[in-house]
Amino acid sequence: MAAVSGAAALARPAAGAQQAPQIVHGGREHIHAMGTGGGDVDTSLFDPSVYLDRFDWGTTSTLPDGRTLREYQITALDRPIEVAPGVFFEAWTYNGTVPGPTIRCTEGDRLRIAFTNAGSHPHTIHFHGIHAANMDGVFEIVDPGKSFTYEFDAKPAGVQLYHCHAAPLKRHIHKGLYGTFIIDPKDTPLAPAREMVMVMNGFDTNFDGENEVYAVNSVAFHYQRHPIQLQVGELVRLYLVNMTEFDLINSFHLHGNFFKYWRTGTRPDFYEYTDNVMLCQGERGVMEFTFEHEGLFMFHAHQSEFAELGWMGLFEVTGGVVV
Amino acid sequence: MSDATAAPPEPPPGETAARFPLWLKGVLPLLLLGALLALFLAKGPLGVFRAAFPPVEELTLQRIEFPAPGQIRIHVVNGGPEPVTVSQVMVDDAYWTFVMSGEPTLERLDDGTIDVPYPWVRGEPVKVTLVTTSGVTFTHEVAVAMESPRADARYLSTFALLGIYVGVVPVFLGLLWLPFLRGVSKHWTDFLLALTMGLLVFLGVDALAEAIEMSGVVASAFQGIGLVTLGVVGAPLLIEGVGRLRKRAPAGAGQVHADAMRAALLIAIGIGLHNLGEGLAIGSAYAAGELALGSALVIGFLLHNTTEGIGIVAPLAREPVKLAVLAGLGALAGVPTILGAWIGGLSYSPVATVLFLAIGAGAVIQVVITLGRLLSRREGGLARPLNAAGLVTGLVIMYVTGLWVAV
Repeated sequence: MAAVSGAAALARPAAGAQQAPQIVHGGREHIHAMGTGGGDVDTSLFDPSVYLDRFDWGTTSTLPDGRTLREYQITALDRPIEVAPGVFFEAWTYNGTVPGPTIRCTEGDRLRIAFTNAGSHPHTIHFHGIHAANMDGVFEIVDPGKSFTYEFDAKPAGVQLYHCHAAPLKRHIHKGLYGTFIIDPKDTPLAPAREMVMVMNGFDTNFDGENEVYAVNSVAFHYQRHPIQLQVGELVRLYLVNMTEFDLINSFHLHGNFFKYWRTGTRPDFYEYTDNVMLCQGERGVMEFTFEHEGLFMFHAHQSEFAELGWMGLFEVTGGVVV
Repeated sequence: MSDATAAPPEPPPGETAARFPLWLKGVLPLLLLGALLALFLAKGPLGVFRAAFPPVEELTLQRIEFPAPGQIRIHVVNGGPEPVTVSQVMVDDAYWTFVMSGEPTLERLDDGTIDVPYPWVRGEPVKVTLVTTSGVTFTHEVAVAMESPRADARYLSTFALLGIYVGVVPVFLGLLWLPFLRGVSKHWTDFLLALTMGLLVFLGVDALAEAIEMSGVVASAFQGIGLVTLGVVGAPLLIEGVGRLRKRAPAGAGQVHADAMRAALLIAIGIGLHNLGEGLAIGSAYAAGELALGSALVIGFLLHNTTEGIGIVAPLAREPVKLAVLAGLGALAGVPTILGAWIGGLSYSPVATVLFLAIGAGAVIQVVITLGRLLSRREGGLARPLNAAGLVTGLVIMYVTGLWVAV
């Protein structure tokens, strides 16, 4: 019975909770051993499958000293987002999505981020990194209708994050004002890989101080309904950020494989070889792995509660020899 | 109440009265109200009264059934002012696939059924949460999951037996006190009448409290407290009215006998209505997995309800009664427990349960009033110390036997 649920969810339209489940993916249903709720979200507004590997490199130009200048535009907007099929959350967003755009650059670049607050509350952008105090996005509160430009050098290399630092902090973060900020190392370029970003987050849809929905990249069970396609032997580099509010920790567990893990991605040598990492709020890391086998492999929080409330997904690995 | 009613003074035939017929005077305020409503809906500042955010959503999970292993059925009703859409279903804090009968959007007072294929564990609690479009959640917890009763021979006979234990047997046992009542002196029958009043006051207050407690579960649109008021106030008046339909016997010894019979009949009806509500509560609690029918509980009800039989025969202590009549009175009081348990277990509805508990409370209050009238005609009435002591003794007996029933 539970086996039907996953496949049924794949086949059902967004508002289709009232429809009887149908199975269209022959042969897949036996793999879904857990429920995924019903229906699917409208991905025309925000598609986690697109967000996964979309990086904003900014508009580039060269400074007189030869360095690269990257300019970004970020606007805060109030907007309802669909966090589970049929369940809408009144979010505060950067550029209309939760998480906001993944800002990407190379260590030593000059960054200029033009921020406009088109939302209904005062906001800021607080970047994790090394920069001047007045560029920290804490004291320079940007009121609705106002703008502020953040400018600093990109350092240190690694996977960083940005989020709103206006008070009350908990609300501004859990409403959706956060994103990933990746600084590539300058001197030791990373090996070519299939790269992706996963922001672990949760939504307190009834505002009771607990999350009703957990996910990576905001939509419950999205990568379970739409598995991430991989090739056997392909190097995967996954940037993982924990922006979950209310729960102290979150975790990532990979099925059928192990990965190398760099905490914060700031050192060249990897920290651990494992299949399960635990991240505190605001903590992040980089992982690399290669699948040896074909098939569907799950990834999810190893807190079973989070997994069954939406933080669960699948890699679909093809191109190898079936043993 | 006085039978003599003063006629209202005739209004002087004024000019207005001549111009407008009486019915128009009665309907005029209603017509104006209708016109005002139409104007308000068409042109009025409705937006001013409507809160834009958050939407007022209210769902009540009326009943969770476990039709078979691996199956959960949720009965939900929208008791709020706005339509509500059920978007997701969580069972034990996990999203699960579900099928909803009809539309996922429930209009005001609409009800719906949601089937969830969930491998629930027998004997363990189950928590069901509905998540609406706006992310609001509505949760219902079942203390002990077990397969819901079906209208099969096993269930019907189990609850018939329970009804017999809890309702019929104790009432009939109580009736057996009649020969004893006939033997004691008049003072002591008065004492026993007062004692019965005490028993019933306790029972009525208890049923009223239970009705008020249950009214909290009812969807707010169904106004639980309103139902309680309707039942408590309506039932005594209705019973009183039915009682007065009977032709009055001629004064004298015949009158006394008829009054006593009427009192006994009303008491039996009142206790029967009360037992119907009690049966409903027991049956529904059992079906909802909230009541383990331990033998202690059955023994408690047995002790508790035996006192109800005394109530019926107390007014008949000095009257000749046929055995068949006595049996009929006992059946009237006791058998409704079985009916109540069947209805409660098979098609539980919080609205019906609250209403019947309230009717039961009202019926018992009516019995207390009847007994009070009967007693007031006796020597000293309730003011007599022996009778007052009887009433208190009744309360104490109910309290002590209730120690076994209180859950």
